[in-house]
Amino acid sequence: MTSDAPLIRMQAVGKRFGNFQALANIDLTVTSGERIVVCGPSGSGKSTLIRCINRLEKHDAGRIFIGQTELTDAMEDLNAVRREVGMVFQSFNLFPHMTVLKNLMLAQRLVRKITRQEAQDIAMHYLERVRIPEQAKKYPIQLSGGQQQRVAIARALCMKPQVMLFDEPTSALDPEMIHEVLDVMVDLAKDGMTMICVTHEMGFARSVADRVIFMDEGRILEQAPPLDFFQNPRRGRTKQFLSQILQH
Amino acid sequence: MSFDTALIVESLPKMLMGIGLTFQLLVLSAVFGLILATLLMLMRISGKWWLSWPAQVYIYVFRGTPILVQIFIVYYGFPQLEVIRESVLWPVFREPFGCAVFALSLNAGAYVSEILRGGVLGVDRGMLEAGEALGLSKTQRFVYLTTPIATRLALPAYGNDIISLLKSTALASTITLMEMTGIARTIVAQTYAPYEIFISLAIVYMVLTFLIQKLVARIERHLGRYTLKEG
Repeated sequence: MTSDAPLIRMQAVGKRFGNFQALANIDLTVTSGERIVVCGPSGSGKSTLIRCINRLEKHDAGRIFIGQTELTDAMEDLNAVRREVGMVFQSFNLFPHMTVLKNLMLAQRLVRKITRQEAQDIAMHYLERVRIPEQAKKYPIQLSGGQQQRVAIARALCMKPQVMLFDEPTSALDPEMIHEVLDVMVDLAKDGMTMICVTHEMGFARSVADRVIFMDEGRILEQAPPLDFFQNPRRGRTKQFLSQILQH
Repeated sequence: MSFDTALIVESLPKMLMGIGLTFQLLVLSAVFGLILATLLMLMRISGKWWLSWPAQVYIYVFRGTPILVQIFIVYYGFPQLEVIRESVLWPVFREPFGCAVFALSLNAGAYVSEILRGGVLGVDRGMLEAGEALGLSKTQRFVYLTTPIATRLALPAYGNDIISLLKSTALASTITLMEMTGIARTIVAQTYAPYEIFISLAIVYMVLTFLIQKLVARIERHLGRYTLKEG
């Protein structure tokens, strides 16, 4: 894939849950290496947006392309696409019955079909990158929230994805653990990983994002580079939101 | 009321001669019942009405009728049917043992399938989504994520059902099987000493129940080792 071809293209994407319009007419193009932060009030469709990108939710209007592949009902190998798109969840979602190392190895073995030794080497490499190789033999419950989330990031990275989606990765964490997760994400950004991150960590957005997207009622209301976004928000709704989350 | 201790000492070994048969009934019905329960549970959660609906009817019928009636229907009813007498399964249904295992398995299958379904429903959806996002297929998620966790969640209720099944095996004595209860009834008919015999029989069942409890608790500890904060 060349770097100027878009990695993700969303064209007029819509999604309803019953009568609730979760996404409406979303157009979004993400190129390789781009770092995007998505923010907005709760219920604005941020999570639905990124969950449509790896088809945890099926969009019901418009088109979504990952590289050259369009996400449709008829697609032959959805899992091949999912392999390219890593995801980190708010509630970590580690496999509780497996050690940290096994958490990192499972999908490598089953989806990438590599040998046990290779999978283990890759797992240990990424555990070192998120700075917790010494926890490899523990079960998730024995780790702190921040450590669990770092394991979840390492687990996604083991699949060597082209893009990483973060769905409020620090919202379930105690304040003193937020920075250790953000540090790992900043490292990733420095290494050139393409990222779409739903978060209210505006400090992170400021220092890392190429583009900040503001959503409300299922629509993208505004998008701009962070400096511009924070200093000159164009829409009243954006200003109101920013004043609410930045006032403390 | 006099209590004849000598009679207990004398008849306990006789009743224990039936323990082998009790165990065979228990183990075979538990194994066949679990296989059937797994199939029923998969049908029930398949999301396809033509699989889920028959499973629900089956479960309703077998939970809605007494197990004793089910045993009688199989034992007294099946030999009347020509299709059964001419089928390859006739050697099974000709013997009361086969009939008892058959009826107990069908009954256990209905109850256990609901226990397993409870376990499957208890598995965290977010964790399964993580598997999905990593590219694991539906089958892989079921085998590597749902099954081990659902097993742990279902085990306490399943242990309860096995204990219940142990006591249901006593009903096999009503169709001439000489398992422990069958032997006890014979001794009572000969000695007219129901208290001594049935109380010692009850104690034997309690000892067996205790052993099953211990075994299940052990498996529970093993399966639940990852739920403890201290490693």
